[in-house]
Amino acid sequence: MTTDNLPIATTRRGGTGSRFIDRVGKFMAFVLLVIISALILFPALWMLSTALKPDVQVYANPPIWIPSPIKWENFVQAWTLAPFTRYTINTTLYTAAVIVGTLLSCSLAAYGFAKLRFPGRNILFTILLSTMMIPGMVTMIPQYILFSKLGWVGSYLPLIVPSYFAGAFFTFLLRQFYLGIPNELSEAARVDGANDLWIWWKVMVPLSKPALATVAIFTFEGTWDSYVGPLLYLNSDKLYTLQVGLQFFRTASEVQWQYLMAASILVMLPVIIIFFAFQKYFVEGAAIGSGVKG
Amino acid sequence: MAKMSRLRRQEALTGYLFIMPWLLGFLIFTAGPMLFSLFASFTNYDITSQMRWVGIDNYRRLFFDDQFFWISLGNTAFYAVFAVPLSIAVGLTIAVLLNQKIPGQRVFRTIFFLPKVLTGVAVLLLWLWVFNPDFGPINTFLRSIGIKYPPFWFGDPSWAKPALIIMSMWGAAGGYIIYLAGLQGIPKELYEAANLDGASPMQQFFKITVPMMSPTIYFKLITGISAALQFWEAALIMSEGGKGGPSYSTLFYGLYMWQTAFGDYKMGYASAMAWILLFITLAITLVQNHFSRRWVYYEGEAKE
Repeated sequence: MTTDNLPIATTRRGGTGSRFIDRVGKFMAFVLLVIISALILFPALWMLSTALKPDVQVYANPPIWIPSPIKWENFVQAWTLAPFTRYTINTTLYTAAVIVGTLLSCSLAAYGFAKLRFPGRNILFTILLSTMMIPGMVTMIPQYILFSKLGWVGSYLPLIVPSYFAGAFFTFLLRQFYLGIPNELSEAARVDGANDLWIWWKVMVPLSKPALATVAIFTFEGTWDSYVGPLLYLNSDKLYTLQVGLQFFRTASEVQWQYLMAASILVMLPVIIIFFAFQKYFVEGAAIGSGVKG
Repeated sequence: MAKMSRLRRQEALTGYLFIMPWLLGFLIFTAGPMLFSLFASFTNYDITSQMRWVGIDNYRRLFFDDQFFWISLGNTAFYAVFAVPLSIAVGLTIAVLLNQKIPGQRVFRTIFFLPKVLTGVAVLLLWLWVFNPDFGPINTFLRSIGIKYPPFWFGDPSWAKPALIIMSMWGAAGGYIIYLAGLQGIPKELYEAANLDGASPMQQFFKITVPMMSPTIYFKLITGISAALQFWEAALIMSEGGKGGPSYSTLFYGLYMWQTAFGDYKMGYASAMAWILLFITLAITLVQNHFSRRWVYYEGEAKE
């Protein structure tokens, strides 16, 4: 049946043959998508499976996928093996401070670049764009020296303060968004005697909520997951973030994979929840983000 | 007229005030540090003792006396050569598959985006566990299909990098989004015309899809290589103590730089490494930019 139809299809005169090819193509695409989905889901399922296992089943060979009994208490156990409550508070405050700084400074700078005219604007904007190509390691070493001379090592200052100075990428992203907002709106406000700070706060910020949400979500994810910065600047258990705590939890003692996986799930949970709540912004942001940055 | 210029001046002043956060940040956290780092790369700076000018000695030692420099550069090149084209292929393939009207599209899109959401230390630790030679599901599967001695993955110098590349392909799946956006912008008429001319799906893919997507692919190539040159954090987390895996097989350039700077506090030497990386990144970008004219197609551009 299939082989009978194929030669007709390859003549491509439209009609049933090519529709058949089309359907075979779609079916094959569907099968491929299912296979790729399985490959993508499999590590995540393995993580969940491990997190719920009694310890004897963790090292079973061949592996057991569905644990019995299901040990929900692994999550409680994992949480108490290291001071995760403190890590969570640290990470939450740190992330919140960075989000506030990023939103404020980047949207201010973006407004300046998008809506105001001043000598040197284009040159400065070109400089902003070119800084996105500089490898992070190039500035990381001298920044560390700067912060250590300031006596900030061992505190959150080196991790939070730079976010109040408008990072290039999000400034660029917001500027693109502001360029799309018609000038008539701000002109009308200006005629009424409003100054630019007022226009920024009352006109631009409300109109750019979707773009700001994207920036906030990406900043959240990036900060929540950041590891090297906190590892470099925080030097006591009191200050550690979840990511640093998680890694030390692994190396400090004999690895107990069920607890490590349970803790890992808990650490990722806020990001997963936010993803499902704000999926739209995530996907849009990823499209814009990877379109400009990779 | 005088009034006009006063308004202009006021607007300019306001403009500078608005961009001040970025401008100060650029001077304090980027430009200043870079100048300092360039200077430091010609010294033996180690934070504690006096800085001493050593001329090009750091650079000379890196190129001629330091085998780890070359090992780490080689590892990084290996990673870039395989991971970048593969990740473009993975993202583009998924996008092409998803671009057809297929049941369950929304579910697929969510699943493929998952690797972009699941990130951080937790996921890297998960991959260590997935690749566990004894109890991990990958080796169990390999054994079940008759491979008696599956690789030790992160424990084997010749398999550690491939394991990292497999891992990053998982992450690359989420990159489909950008290609999907591009695919939806290709005019349908092009494919209809090709169909009438009897072009096979493969021909259509390489003669229509790829050229139409070339600006996106080019962009991903530039940013992908730049990111691959800086790939090292995963190796820091996954290799025990960040030592660069078995036989230095995952000692990536950034990881070696990290150890030089923050393990040995050889800040001058590490700064020289940073500047070499900057030059490599720039050089590759310029070369790609040069060759891009041959294959990147921009709509609205007169060609032939």
